[in-house]
Amino acid sequence: MNITLVILGTVTVVSGATALSLRNIVRSVLLLVVSWFGIAALFLWAGAEFAAFAQALVYGGAVSMVVLFAVLLTRRNHLDATVPPPPPGRLLGALIAGGAVAGIIAATVIRTPFELANDEAPSLPVRRLGTLLMGPQLAALLVAGVLLTAALLGAVVIAAGRKDDKEGAP
Amino acid sequence: MSTLQMCLVLSGLIFGIGLTAALARSSAVLVLLGIELMLNAANLNFIAFWRFGPAPETGTGVLFVLFAIAVAAAEAAVGLALVIALYRHQKSIRLQEATRLKG
Repeated sequence: MNITLVILGTVTVVSGATALSLRNIVRSVLLLVVSWFGIAALFLWAGAEFAAFAQALVYGGAVSMVVLFAVLLTRRNHLDATVPPPPPGRLLGALIAGGAVAGIIAATVIRTPFELANDEAPSLPVRRLGTLLMGPQLAALLVAGVLLTAALLGAVVIAAGRKDDKEGAP
Repeated sequence: MSTLQMCLVLSGLIFGIGLTAALARSSAVLVLLGIELMLNAANLNFIAFWRFGPAPETGTGVLFVLFAIAVAAAEAAVGLALVIALYRHQKSIRLQEATRLKG
């Protein structure tokens, strides 16, 4: 048993489950940030420092702020950021589906024998990672850059809308 | 249960939470957050297999996670722009009310 893994995993799972069951979306996002930082801490525990910092910066910093902006721009009135709870039938179906997927994954993983190659956490220096990114993975890096640029430009175009859009017109 | 199996079970749990939220909640923002949580669970799997796999010096798991994070960030930006466009059209982000395909 690994105590660090158990603690980090419990924090991540509990905060994530609580966040996605709250009625107030702002509280959901803020609690989900805890869950994302928990996953970043798990990356750090596994020895992937660069991925951990990328996770913390992108999710804890950028995505959470974008989601908060979207929540504040789309609420019904100024004081109300709550959503009604799901109807019981849909909630039950979703719980059964999610529980079945998690249960099947857990049962399969526990029954499968894995051969572990490393006992100690491997280290991948940032220098080595940079060499990999700029060498063998250069094409993928460029494609990712083009994809990000295109996606962000598209997001701006979609969110800005047309000028001749009438207020409230479908 | 080995440490790798604990990591994989944990990521399965996180995936289940995200799937449940994406299926149950009716607010488009919460559905998007559930999908983000599922992506994070997949990233955790990559890191776990890299950590306990045979050749960590090649850094395949970390590189895959970096690209997945970049794509997830783009997906979040486009998804939230769609949420804002949906709100502009129907003054609500409830997915049940988004029945009209025609803009």
